[in-house]
Amino acid sequence: MEKRLFIKGNEALAQGAIKAGCRYYFGYPITPQNDIPEFLSKQLAKTEGCFIQAESEVASINMLLGASAAGARAMTSSSSPGISLMQEGISYLAGSELPAVIVNITRSGPGLGGISASQGDYFQATRGGGHGDYRTLVLAPHSVQEMHDLTLLAFDLADKYRNPVVILGDAVLGQMQETMIDRAYRPMELAPKDWTLTGAAGREPRMIKSLYLKEGEMERHNWKLFEKYQRMKEEEVRHEASLEEDARLMVVAFGTTARVSKTAIRLARAEGLRVGLFRPITLFPFPDQALLDLSQRVKRFLSIEMNTGQMVEDVKLSVARDADVYFYGHAPGSPPIPEELLEAIKKVY
Amino acid sequence: MKQVFKRPQSLKDVPFHFCPGCHHGTIHRLVAEAIDHFDLRERTIGVAGVGCSVFVYEYFDIDVAEAPHGRAPAVATGLKRVLRDRIIFTYQGDGDLASIGMSEIVHTANRGENITVIFVNNTVYGMTGGQMAPTTLLGQQTTTSPYGRDFLQDGYPIRMAEMLATLEGTSFSARVAVNTSANLMKAKKAVRRAFEMQTNDLGFSFVELLSSCPTNWGLNPIRANERVEKELIPYFPLGIFKERKGTDYL
Repeated sequence: MEKRLFIKGNEALAQGAIKAGCRYYFGYPITPQNDIPEFLSKQLAKTEGCFIQAESEVASINMLLGASAAGARAMTSSSSPGISLMQEGISYLAGSELPAVIVNITRSGPGLGGISASQGDYFQATRGGGHGDYRTLVLAPHSVQEMHDLTLLAFDLADKYRNPVVILGDAVLGQMQETMIDRAYRPMELAPKDWTLTGAAGREPRMIKSLYLKEGEMERHNWKLFEKYQRMKEEEVRHEASLEEDARLMVVAFGTTARVSKTAIRLARAEGLRVGLFRPITLFPFPDQALLDLSQRVKRFLSIEMNTGQMVEDVKLSVARDADVYFYGHAPGSPPIPEELLEAIKKVY
Repeated sequence: MKQVFKRPQSLKDVPFHFCPGCHHGTIHRLVAEAIDHFDLRERTIGVAGVGCSVFVYEYFDIDVAEAPHGRAPAVATGLKRVLRDRIIFTYQGDGDLASIGMSEIVHTANRGENITVIFVNNTVYGMTGGQMAPTTLLGQQTTTSPYGRDFLQDGYPIRMAEMLATLEGTSFSARVAVNTSANLMKAKKAVRRAFEMQTNDLGFSFVELLSSCPTNWGLNPIRANERVEKELIPYFPLGIFKERKGTDYL
């Protein structure tokens, strides 16, 4: 049965986590994501699981590592500076092939920055973020509905690939309230977890580690991880394209920027400009093939971001050689407004 | 003929890689004996710190998770909260626990997590080549305190067992040594007691074991063993600093 809720993004996400079977949450307070731990501290106490307010983000991510090693669905959430502190743990999760859901309700940086929305963490999220040659799956919601739905997907994908999944929201998506349809969750069909640490009762002991010292071991492990990332590229790319049929210019944008771009594109269309929107939903794997296909007919792409130029690099790598890629950046500090983006569209149309 | 001595069931039948005279092997054995004593092998999960202690997974015949440097108590917390009926212990050195992992150990103790921490204090970073640790004694020369540890520059060696004993959340905190037969027997008892407390849900138990590191101390095994008695024990006194009884919770 479908319920309609008028709900805040952060709470929609937290509800999604519980619906997906997450019973363990570890986190440290930071604005603008505090609604998530506040909601879960109340709700998880009613389950067999638990909520821990950790002493730091460093501890949070390692508690998550332990809970994941024990086979549980678990998550943490934070905002940009806190996510920086978690990078060591995320690297260990990736190296140890442990599923985990990590929510980044971004704020602006660098440093302490500010608490307004930002897409300045795009590189950090899509390039691994910590040390070593690894990737995390990165999901980019652009609505309260997606804050919920992509959280359900995040838990499935984390288990499917035994890999950390990052949900890259932002302050606007976390704090805004809108209608959400509370759909039933149909979990993916997944292989049983035959690798968890539960005590070696009637079986050989297992270990979960990322240290490889023997000759050739480390290389083999890295290639194994690489093959997993290739599989993600084949099976998990998600994007949304709209008004592309007759488009002369495609805006490429994700998250909150995509929301504002939609309004700007409506304004442009009203003025007779043939503009469409390409919205990556997975930032890793990036929808490069879909962009390449599109660039066979559309020759102008405008990457709009709440940073000074990050995703535009992936757009450039994706499109055909004869397509032009432009960039408009609204530097972290506040979200852009539609009229501002309309100007940017007109400039390169 | 009655067999009186054998490898504990919780240890794999493989030789240790530790340097001659190092106490890690002895301490591994004490932990394995405690696990065997309470018949816990099939429901115990170890968490390895980073340093010489990381190879716990090579030697113990149990499930083991490897934690990032200093984070073993946080990883153990995650494991224990999911698997409340399992026995979780961390095995950490002094660089791991008392330096980079100070925050995790203090807060894990303070939460009273029902886990056991085995803390091996040999006053140096062993695996990385004998650098100064938070437990390095004043005047002790290491590869990064070549003129000897000076409190004006490096502060003082930290007494972890006493410090953790001050926390309400700690249920058991002891310091032991394995340098003599008499000390070894006491160490065995303390380690056993720590695991026993966890099996009885009595909360956070901590055992600091003074250990020699002949290689990084630049001493032969006999001299290194003597140093434990002459230099370490006077600064790091042996004893039980806190021990809650079941009745304390009534």
